[in-house]
Amino acid sequence: MRAHYGYKDGSGDYFIIIDTDKCNGCGKCVKACPYHVLEMVPNEFDLEGNPMAAVGEEHRKKIKYSCAPCKPVAGERKLPCVLACEPKAIEHSW
Amino acid sequence: MMTAGVDVGAKYAKVVILKDGQVVARAKALVGFDLLKSATEVFEAALKNAAVSRNDIQRVVSTGMGRNAVVQKPPINADEAVSEVVSAAAGAHFIVPTTKTVIDVGAEEGRGIKVEGGKVRDFVINERCAAGAGTFIETMARALEIQVEEMGPMALKSTNTIAMNAQCCVFAESEVVSLIHSKISKEDISKAIHDAIAGRISSMVLRVGVEKDVVLIGGVALDPGFKSPLEKELKASIITPEYPEYVSALGAAVIAASSTR
Amino acid sequence: MSQTEVKVEYWRWPEYRSTVPNVSWSNAKAITAGVDIGSVGSKAAVLVDGELYAFAAMRTGGVSEATAVKAINWALEGTGLEIGKLNYVVGTGYGRVNVPFAKRTITEIACHARGAHYIYGPTVRTVLDIGGQDCKAIRCDEKGKVLSFLMNDKCAAGTGRGLEVFADLIRVPVQDLDKVSLNVDQDPPPVSNTCVIFAKAESLALLRQGWSKEKVAAAYHTAMANRIVDLLSRVGVEKDFVITGGVAKNMGIVKRLEKILNIKPLEPKMDPILAGALGAGLFAKALYEKEQGLR
Repeated sequence: MRAHYGYKDGSGDYFIIIDTDKCNGCGKCVKACPYHVLEMVPNEFDLEGNPMAAVGEEHRKKIKYSCAPCKPVAGERKLPCVLACEPKAIEHSW
Repeated sequence: MMTAGVDVGAKYAKVVILKDGQVVARAKALVGFDLLKSATEVFEAALKNAAVSRNDIQRVVSTGMGRNAVVQKPPINADEAVSEVVSAAAGAHFIVPTTKTVIDVGAEEGRGIKVEGGKVRDFVINERCAAGAGTFIETMARALEIQVEEMGPMALKSTNTIAMNAQCCVFAESEVVSLIHSKISKEDISKAIHDAIAGRISSMVLRVGVEKDVVLIGGVALDPGFKSPLEKELKASIITPEYPEYVSALGAAVIAASSTR
Repeated sequence: MSQTEVKVEYWRWPEYRSTVPNVSWSNAKAITAGVDIGSVGSKAAVLVDGELYAFAAMRTGGVSEATAVKAINWALEGTGLEIGKLNYVVGTGYGRVNVPFAKRTITEIACHARGAHYIYGPTVRTVLDIGGQDCKAIRCDEKGKVLSFLMNDKCAAGTGRGLEVFADLIRVPVQDLDKVSLNVDQDPPPVSNTCVIFAKAESLALLRQGWSKEKVAAAYHTAMANRIVDLLSRVGVEKDFVITGGVAKNMGIVKRLEKILNIKPLEPKMDPILAGALGAGLFAKALYEKEQGLR
């Protein structure tokens, strides 16, 4: 399941997309993020409720600002969460 | 040599007249639906302040959202238009020659600009979202039923830090109303509002990187409650020049002066 | 002669409750309920063996706990049932933690997908929920299981709240906005679709320029529909496509979405605002049966 966390507002589209079918619940992305944007939650969409990565509730509405420090205007962009994820379950739409 | 800068912003039109490197007149007024008409009224007010006529001005440069409305249009007849980013950089550098970072927050847009010798190196614009600009503070002032000029002083009197959940102007308005019902003081609410917008602006500025000297300009710089949370978020001291809302117009006038032979 | 001034609140939509005829709880194995506390509207649905029996929809107002109790009691009014007689209650929605009598809470995404299947049938694959303060796009399979979702609750644009602001602006009751917006020969160019504040300012300017209420309403509805399609395209639209949430009743939005997507959304057999509460009530039934099976 592809979970899109984020929003579109007057300044653009900002979504972190987590593919819960690929996510193995390892939690490496949570540790890699310097701003505690990600967290592990039980999967509410299937009855097993295995842990899966998700964007923390308080960040979903301001994801552009929460992730801004990792997206400098000049220079190379290295997103720690994307780099930490082995199954490549995390994507940023911007 | 006399030049003029005309900044047709989203809310206010500002005009600065520069004579031999000195500001001799400033004027501003609200912008109506007819941009050219509003800008002309302000321009003529500035001319009157300086006791000069359009013919005495050698070059006019316009900037701001409505900059194209006054280019080659009488009576302003601006010679060229430059973007707000360029004029903000030039204006900040003119006042603070050691400027490396400019934060420009207007009515509808917030900008972070990396400056080198008065020229733009990098920039980030927080556009078309009222929650990241002056409209946010204005809308919240209405919700609190106070004048927008009272927002800053009220925030400075606050003793409690509370967080705002809403990230949208419209939702924040409802949130403020429910905070008032929960008997939170207006001072604390105003501080939360300033913290919220400072947080948003500072995240954007971090994308261009913060380097001293950091200069804050634009209409929102007039709000005394904005500087302190911004300095806290950026972990840097910030310089706020006098007449911060005119700095872009000044920058345009400076650009006009440097391009006149 | 004195004149009383009536302050008309154009944003206030009518609240209501209803009991479904020909459904009785006397021989029921499972009487369950779903309570969907949204940021704008609170809905309660009572189900008898998985069939909708009674429901209520009202404004959320301030304190959610009192609201949840008020909503369920209103739904139960005249049925002879009371909270204590409910076998299992599931809470959902923005205020789901404030449903004191709920045994469990389940995310509204899952509840809407389940509720949409109940309202529209098993062919549903794409659910668009336009609520009071958010907009959700859900892709699901034939069982109502969620395959992909997107929720935008940051921005008032594309939500019911945006419509409320607009209703106030042009002074038309919010439930009549759609008719007003469709009363044009041709859709004019849209206003800003990404910010209600800017759209409002643009609309004011247009009204001052002499545009009729109908034309401005059409411009706003077109903008909102464009924005919704933008969000939907992130998860993709697959037939059958359905719309839930309060704004599903706004024909001005529905017709424009149909035109842009070139897909006709299914017609609801019952009030689409209940999708979340219904889905929660259905989850309640499944959880109650699981619980009973274990005893």
